[in-house]
Amino acid sequence: MVFEYAPAPESRAVVDIRASYGLFVNGEFTEGHGEPFKSVNPADESVLADIARADESDVDRAVRAARTAFDKVWGPMPGRERAKYLYRIARLVQERSRELAVLESIDNGKPIRESRDVDVPLVAAWFFYYAGWADKLGHAGFGPDPKPVGVAGQVIPWNFPLLMLAWKIAPALACGNTVVLKPAETTPLTALLFADICRQAELPPGVVNIVTGAGETGRALVAHEGIDKVAFTGSTEVGRQIARTLAGTGRKLTLELGGKAANIVYEDAALDQAVEGIVNGIFFNQGHVCCAGSRLLVQESVAGEVLERLKARMATLRVGDPLDKNTDIGAINSAAQLARIEELSQAGEREGADRWSPPCELPSQGFWFAPTIFTGVAQSHRIAREEIFGPVLSVLTFRTPDEAVTKANNTPYGLSAGIWTEKGSRILWTAQRLRAGVVWANTFNKFDPASPFGGYKESGFGREGGRHGLEAYLNA
Amino acid sequence: MWLYFLSMHPGKTQVSGFQTGRPARQRPEAGTTAPLRWLSGFVPGAWFGDAWGVSTETLNSAAELRAFLHGLPGVDRVGAEERAARLATRSIKTTAKAAAIDLAISMVDLTTLEGADTPGKVRALCAKAAHPDPADASVPKVAAVCVYPDMVDVAVRSLDGTGIGVASVATAFPSGRAPMEAKLADTRAAVAAGAAEIDMVIDRGAFLAGDYAKVFDEIVAVKDACGDAHLKVILETGELATYDNVRRASWLAMRAGADFIKTSTGKVSPAATLPVTLVMLEAVRDYRAATGRQVGVKPAGGIRTTKDAIKYLVLVNETAGPDWLTPEWFRLGASSVLNDLLMQRRKLATGVYSGPDYFTLD
Repeated sequence: MVFEYAPAPESRAVVDIRASYGLFVNGEFTEGHGEPFKSVNPADESVLADIARADESDVDRAVRAARTAFDKVWGPMPGRERAKYLYRIARLVQERSRELAVLESIDNGKPIRESRDVDVPLVAAWFFYYAGWADKLGHAGFGPDPKPVGVAGQVIPWNFPLLMLAWKIAPALACGNTVVLKPAETTPLTALLFADICRQAELPPGVVNIVTGAGETGRALVAHEGIDKVAFTGSTEVGRQIARTLAGTGRKLTLELGGKAANIVYEDAALDQAVEGIVNGIFFNQGHVCCAGSRLLVQESVAGEVLERLKARMATLRVGDPLDKNTDIGAINSAAQLARIEELSQAGEREGADRWSPPCELPSQGFWFAPTIFTGVAQSHRIAREEIFGPVLSVLTFRTPDEAVTKANNTPYGLSAGIWTEKGSRILWTAQRLRAGVVWANTFNKFDPASPFGGYKESGFGREGGRHGLEAYLNA
Repeated sequence: MWLYFLSMHPGKTQVSGFQTGRPARQRPEAGTTAPLRWLSGFVPGAWFGDAWGVSTETLNSAAELRAFLHGLPGVDRVGAEERAARLATRSIKTTAKAAAIDLAISMVDLTTLEGADTPGKVRALCAKAAHPDPADASVPKVAAVCVYPDMVDVAVRSLDGTGIGVASVATAFPSGRAPMEAKLADTRAAVAAGAAEIDMVIDRGAFLAGDYAKVFDEIVAVKDACGDAHLKVILETGELATYDNVRRASWLAMRAGADFIKTSTGKVSPAATLPVTLVMLEAVRDYRAATGRQVGVKPAGGIRTTKDAIKYLVLVNETAGPDWLTPEWFRLGASSVLNDLLMQRRKLATGVYSGPDYFTLD
């Protein structure tokens, strides 16, 4: 029998999207002085709202508000008091989780299953976790009484809009800093809803400021002289520009950039679970994941078998309406990103790799890309070297563990890697040799606030999450 | 590759010798998946057991059976449980739910396995099986009624003309701790009384002790005693404990000739779980890909609500595939789930819930 799942859309009634949004500065929504821009639903290209654009004067206003709040309120406040606000925010995120999840899926295009089961619960977990550190900073290993840095300028990407906000804001606030955060221009809505949560939590004005805009707003923010620390998550190219801007200024900087992670499947792996891990590694969040397992390195002796199973599994992936509770793969976030994925996929074909996608019908409106694998990929192909940031997997093979490690490390990036084997000693042997900030064994794309995350080489520097994540926000 | 090598030398020593007159396995039916499809190293068992219509004699020794079972890919516990849990979040609504409820009802093996079973109790259950909801003739009948061997006769007479089969547990159910002669006598008695399906239990003690050949031979012998009756092999996964064991026991049972593999007796906790059923569904999928022979799956015990039942159907749909979504290839061993299915069915049709007293308790 053919078992068709009827549409099971999550209700949009829970969110109230306003026609226009201002900047959140000093505890209030204010006008921006730049030309407003539009945020679009990538699933159907409908306009969601007009968003204020912050120019230099707006950024300056936000930084000054943050400075005042740091000097007068947040910096001097005892850690145990700051913790109360953070716990309150965490609880409000939980209370409003459905609203946040639906809005995230509408603005970003990710499936509701992921925003509901992954993004929003992790956001709450991040605030709970760092709330716990706020009054224990003297025990974090950075001296008996480490001091906050001051005002943090934070620029975050569009792939996990709310989660990246939490990764940035929670440790900053726990350590006693105030922040000016710029969400990505294609996904500002949940950050603005978070601003409302800050008000609901009665967070003192100026502690969290949110300025919306595109690249020039971000440039104005990171270059502002009133900023003591810059945290950026995004492309390696922009990360380089920021590093140049900050060179010699003495301001602290952490960068979390791109990746081209190897997911290594040894012949003795638990194959069904490895296939799940491959799927989660590359198709989670449409592959818009800096640590995505975008290079599958599979041992030649099981390559045919793994591919056979992978293709059968991919044929069950459900692509479509992000708000449908049964959707596995949602929309590509923007036309620009879709164009990049298409360009690199075409390059893959031109360079001689074999392209395959399961039969799947894509909606006619919106930005969509079918889950795709390339086999017969060589290290020299662009699709093996460049970050595609989409649901495209490059499959390479190896013969020996040494070769696996060599190929895995042969990339300018070094953010994450995966190892699949039932043999514990092989996990340890491989992990010790991989130059990647995060190595997952027999799982992939797992995140926890207690676990530090960050890259080697062109994937950036500094660690976010865990005790290590406090360091960037403390003058230790 | 040793498997390939051995397959070139059929007819060596048998696994063990207590069973004689072992029938040759049937060739895979025409029209099923081409046996060659995934042979490129996918499933070593392709060359063995009942695959290719080769009799089980090609299994050369207990050591080879053991090596084969231990050579199966492992199951990662965390990953398997995560996958099952994720599939359990599928949202099945409206028309899909209505179709799923009817399908689930048609897959129920309505079961009574109590020491206190009486002919009256069995007759009542059979009446329920034929007309689950007396108020609504559009409700499908269940797949089978499952009873102890001494109640088969009563059940067969009660179900005469309904098209519903009688399944009987046998082989010293539920523990299986009896002499082989007793297990076979148990089986033959049930078949003689008219059971169309036999639910046997494996010797978990022998399995856990690593004596796979003993388990294998017992299944072969019971299969022989079944004659035309279908054989369901109960693995009692709650006692096998690990998913690796579940996968090995599944392959062992399939290669010994099982028509169905079944999770549990219902007498041991945990009974059926989603991850265990996932592993078994992967096994039947791989086995068919390797041999062309399709084997059914039956989770039993602990399935109480419509939600539970639908989760199993989703699991089947996205693991083994739609080919298994019929009562011929998938069963739900349960009894209390039936009334919940009926209640949800009426709720979908009328928009309101009827109280439990509007559904019969048999």
